[in-house]
Amino acid sequence: MLSVRDRRDRQAFSALFDHFAPRLKAFIMRSGTPSGQAEEIVQEVMLTVWRKADQFDPGRAQVSAWIYQIARNRQIDVIRKENRPVPEELARDADNEPDAAQIVAVEQENGHLRTALARLGPEQREMIEKAYLGELSHQQISEQTGLPLGTIKSRIRLALDKLRHELKGLR
Amino acid sequence: MTDITHHTSDAMLAAYASGNLPHPFALVVAAHVSLCLDCRAALEAHQAVGGALLDAAPVEALSDTLKDRLFAQLDDPVPVEPVYRRTGAYPGPVMEALKGRKPRWKPLGMGVRQCILSAGAQGSARLLYIPPGRAVPDHSHKGLELTLVLQGSFSDATGRFGVGDLEIADEDLEHTPVADEGAPCICLAATDAPLTFNALMPRLLQPLFRI
Repeated sequence: MLSVRDRRDRQAFSALFDHFAPRLKAFIMRSGTPSGQAEEIVQEVMLTVWRKADQFDPGRAQVSAWIYQIARNRQIDVIRKENRPVPEELARDADNEPDAAQIVAVEQENGHLRTALARLGPEQREMIEKAYLGELSHQQISEQTGLPLGTIKSRIRLALDKLRHELKGLR
Repeated sequence: MTDITHHTSDAMLAAYASGNLPHPFALVVAAHVSLCLDCRAALEAHQAVGGALLDAAPVEALSDTLKDRLFAQLDDPVPVEPVYRRTGAYPGPVMEALKGRKPRWKPLGMGVRQCILSAGAQGSARLLYIPPGRAVPDHSHKGLELTLVLQGSFSDATGRFGVGDLEIADEDLEHTPVADEGAPCICLAATDAPLTFNALMPRLLQPLFRI
């Protein structure tokens, strides 16, 4: 993803497409979107990934998380014919790279998260999938528990604090 | 930015990330996240869960031409989309709801004003302007009400709410928010059901003001 962002590397983008596009299509079709429309959404999502690559920050997120949100927003916009309100982007100075330790830390926390997801029983796993595919209301989600989000939040918070600090320095 | 003490909930952030929050609430959550680093971090953690599920998703065969069609578009000019940034008290998502213009306030009586941003089947979102010391008319509500402070502060039976603070009130809460002294209080308020007022007059006026 960083090659795509920093060097506009088409070969890297092609590999990203080969991994994510078939998964995105399955993900989108699961919510009942027909195959043809799902492909249109996949195409738009991947085009957004290419065009907005400069917004990707590996010190805060893995590429799958970033693509997940782009895909959910796009799918809802298409189905409900509305424009999802999205938070203001934090300005990121391209010269201020997050340090390698932070990127590794975020990767580690994501690893813990994946292990925790893999350990869920089938019923709980089904619930989590439903929640993150938009099949549960927030009231229904609040009745579910069980994901260890604490450390990952504090890692991302660290990165955000650092970013905010740097932004202050720029002013 | 650091003084925010009333936050959104994990359930609400997960529903927001998944796209399953009614539009008026999604606006409030997006506005709160724009102001609150804690909730931005929490939202990104929920996106990480979504991303892990996406990574582990089964694959669905693509039509042969999809990739070529996409690559043919990579050099197309990028359509210019307006980017809404915080302007005065209003964070980006609110500026977008206002289409980049200043709020057009309508008087509600006693110096209180409102500006409706959206109203429809999913509920409503509006800005409220409350002079210092004034109360938002006593109301209870069906469903859920989210109130995000954008300027000044208000207090009610549950506590004090300053800039960036988010009050989540369910139908059991009958409260009377009163704007504190100082700057007029400006809030972004959203409900998923019409408000019901306790006093007779406001109830009669309700259809007129859509509150």
